[in-house]
Amino acid sequence: MRAIRWMAWILVVLVAGATIAVLVSDDVRDTMLGTPGEGTGIANIGGPFELVDQTGKTVTEKDLMGKPTAMFFGFTHCPDVCPTTLYEMTTWLEQLGADADKLNVAFVSVDPERDTPELMADYISAFDPRISALTGTPEQVEKIAKAYKVYRRKVEQEDGEYTMDHTATIYLMDADGQFTGTIAYGEAEDIVMTKLKRLVAGG
Amino acid sequence: MRIIATAFIALSLLAGPFLANHTLADDTTAGSLKIENPWTREMPPGSKVGGGFVVITNSGDEADTLLSLTTSRADRGEVHEMTMNDGVMKMRELEDGLEIPAGGTVELKPGSYHVMFMGVTEGFKEGEKIEGVLVFEKAGEVPVEFMVGPVGAKMAPDHMQGHDHDMKKTD
Repeated sequence: MRAIRWMAWILVVLVAGATIAVLVSDDVRDTMLGTPGEGTGIANIGGPFELVDQTGKTVTEKDLMGKPTAMFFGFTHCPDVCPTTLYEMTTWLEQLGADADKLNVAFVSVDPERDTPELMADYISAFDPRISALTGTPEQVEKIAKAYKVYRRKVEQEDGEYTMDHTATIYLMDADGQFTGTIAYGEAEDIVMTKLKRLVAGG
Repeated sequence: MRIIATAFIALSLLAGPFLANHTLADDTTAGSLKIENPWTREMPPGSKVGGGFVVITNSGDEADTLLSLTTSRADRGEVHEMTMNDGVMKMRELEDGLEIPAGGTVELKPGSYHVMFMGVTEGFKEGEKIEGVLVFEKAGEVPVEFMVGPVGAKMAPDHMQGHDHDMKKTD
């Protein structure tokens, strides 16, 4: 009997140990907690990328370091959410005043086939000039979309044209390129401004 | 918001000739349908698509259906629905059209239903009016003029200063 009791205790210790080990591992923790809240620093969003901006200059994740970044995804053949977000971002930057210069803002195309740097340059000229309009080859865009866990799907239309379903959330990254939170489409302006001011102050 | 409002008022004053148009309600009646406030937005340069918005009220006993939009300013016009789920924006053509129920009002507005101008060659500019024809199953072809508001505007140019009391959603 005593041997069995000892065996049982050893088993309990092993199972408990394994459980703790699993919980501590980042992947499992991310999965269990879902998208982490702000400041936890354990989110697996972001990472290396290489794209080209509206002036033809290559931009990588390293160019964004040193300042916090607000990044969002869209495309120029987008009638509603993309111009709305760009317009709102323009008004938010205006409200931030001098602090706006302490922030990178990047609009990244999910439609590299149609969004050339030239088209991006035309398109972005309607908005705050501090917003970088980034695009690239299909492979480059695929890479950043994966890194940021961006959903994008091409939806064919009758006449051979297509539209894109895509994540419309704004990603907030700190000066070290770590994910710190999001701004949802349609979020109230006072909450947005609080988030942006906090992002700038923390950066 | 104050800055935007001020900027808008300033722009409106600069665009003096358009003010008269702003105050004229662009309401149209076709049979039992009342069509109010058709508007769209200035398009960023290079953009080939735009969303058109309008409020349609059906005072009749029978439902009608908005089938399409025709306009000389776009290759074609479709009726679309935009949805936002878990942060993902999707846009779909309503292939069977958009029903305007008997006694009901349907609002086409940003983030929801819109008529889509597709294949636009000459981008819309703020202050312009875009002529178009809304095609209904029963009421037939109804000519309207879409007032062009600023890029990213959330409501019709007439309602930019917060007069949104008559913009209630009842669909």
